[in-house]
Amino acid sequence: MTDIFETSIKTSTGKALRREEMVINMGPQHPSTHGVLRLEVVADGEIVIDVIPHIGYLHRCFEKHAENMTGYQQVVPYVDRMDYCAAMNMDFGYVLAVEKLLGIQVPERVEYIRVIMAELQRVASHLIAAGTYGLDIGAFTPFLYMFRERERILDLFEMTCGARLLYNYMWVGGVSHDLPPGFIDKAKDFCQYFKPKIKEYNDLLSYNEIFIKRTANVGVLPGDVAIAYGCSGPVLRGSGVDFDLRRDDPYSVYHKFDWKPEIGKGEMGAVGDCWDRYIVRIREMIQSINIVEQALNQIPEGDVATAIPKRIRPNAGDVYVRTESARGELGFYVISDGTAKPFRIKARSPSFVNLSVIPEISRGGMIADLVAIAGSLDIVLGEVDR
Amino acid sequence: MTHQEISEKIKLQFPQAIIETKFEGVVDPYVKIIPEQIFEVMLFLHVDENLKFDFLMCLSGIDTGKGNLGVVYNLFSMTHRHKINIKVEVPKEKPEVPSITNVFPAANWHEREAFDLIGIIFTGHPDPRRILMPYDWEGHPLRKDYKTPEFYQGMKIPY
Repeated sequence: MTDIFETSIKTSTGKALRREEMVINMGPQHPSTHGVLRLEVVADGEIVIDVIPHIGYLHRCFEKHAENMTGYQQVVPYVDRMDYCAAMNMDFGYVLAVEKLLGIQVPERVEYIRVIMAELQRVASHLIAAGTYGLDIGAFTPFLYMFRERERILDLFEMTCGARLLYNYMWVGGVSHDLPPGFIDKAKDFCQYFKPKIKEYNDLLSYNEIFIKRTANVGVLPGDVAIAYGCSGPVLRGSGVDFDLRRDDPYSVYHKFDWKPEIGKGEMGAVGDCWDRYIVRIREMIQSINIVEQALNQIPEGDVATAIPKRIRPNAGDVYVRTESARGELGFYVISDGTAKPFRIKARSPSFVNLSVIPEISRGGMIADLVAIAGSLDIVLGEVDR
Repeated sequence: MTHQEISEKIKLQFPQAIIETKFEGVVDPYVKIIPEQIFEVMLFLHVDENLKFDFLMCLSGIDTGKGNLGVVYNLFSMTHRHKINIKVEVPKEKPEVPSITNVFPAANWHEREAFDLIGIIFTGHPDPRRILMPYDWEGHPLRKDYKTPEFYQGMKIPY
């Protein structure tokens, strides 16, 4: 028997619309999608029945580029451009994968420099995430406060490698430059300067009544669903799953520092709502600053590069290496065929996987909540589309 | 559990499924199984109490360059904190692999990507559309024999 309420109009997944339903396109040019993302929303009045994400507007086939480079080293700038908000973390993941394939150990100073950079970058990235999230919800001021602090981090990066957004700083076997004179003092100053700012953000945004009303109990993602969908990073920890690759699958020198991952506890509503995902990012910044301070105090003297041949030729084989980027588990699956060109590089980008959960958590909510949900996942489209 | 033990468990359950295992002399150990049984093996790995692989880290499609296409599954268990890499290979003429989306929802987009860029057909996939390339694109760009088209929808591509 046919359903008399079904119409002949179909969504792009081929499902027929019912009479009371309509399709609304959010994006590709929409301020709250943080880039060119199109959400095809099937709505009944204001209620979201289904969401079909359409991605690929920023696709430039990084993987094809990587296969056509003349060497492994040349891929690093491309990796930078995947997640332009956390380029250091992306570099880190890629160089670790190639180094594991080569089987080389980098000097300890390099490990420390990399950890310092990666953690500072994580703070900068979370500042963007939290700031623009406030912007989505309608709070303009915190955004300016957070960008003020981010500016100081970018100054530190500029001092180190000359670039402010896309660094090409971590190379296979080392880093491009040693830390400049005075960096350690400046970085320590920044840590001291940054710590009290967290209270400002909390006063302005985190515990703001309107902000809590908009985000608490919205887009609840239970822990088991998050694991099944492969979510990682703050999205997974916001759902109350105590899992951080820096602690649970340690790489580099993270085991030497004293810190703990932050998890969502459901303080304002259900565990795994948008507020939990947001507050995990705010609290992670404190942990990252802690790690940076410890690393600055412990950093040893030494070389900043190992002797590796100019043309890197790893033995034939494959490796999957994952690191904790600012958005979650960043994995690189690299296959080498013994030549100087990578045979295949697949990037498992955290935003891509985190975004795939959006239909699951936005069904039954309001259209206005969709903005809050998309913002709380903190996607960077350069990394989703690669 | 180590890779050997996990591989032994798979062998016990599916005596014919394993083609090749490699633990020594490689950076990442792996188990290669026949594509027809990938769904059953994945389901077993997911539900078995001692294995309990619940997290699909990555799923990559590859073109081996020797007339075969392959899929690599990197699995992780949140409960037991162990990993396993599973590989399958299919001929280019009939690149069909059963979809594992019903076991791991995370595989949904990864499989769409592997179909889009490599051209592996995942049978039983709930939503087998392209994901990164335009929906009317022809060909699969990451295949080793892919030729960049000169025209797209009648428009000349100027590079």
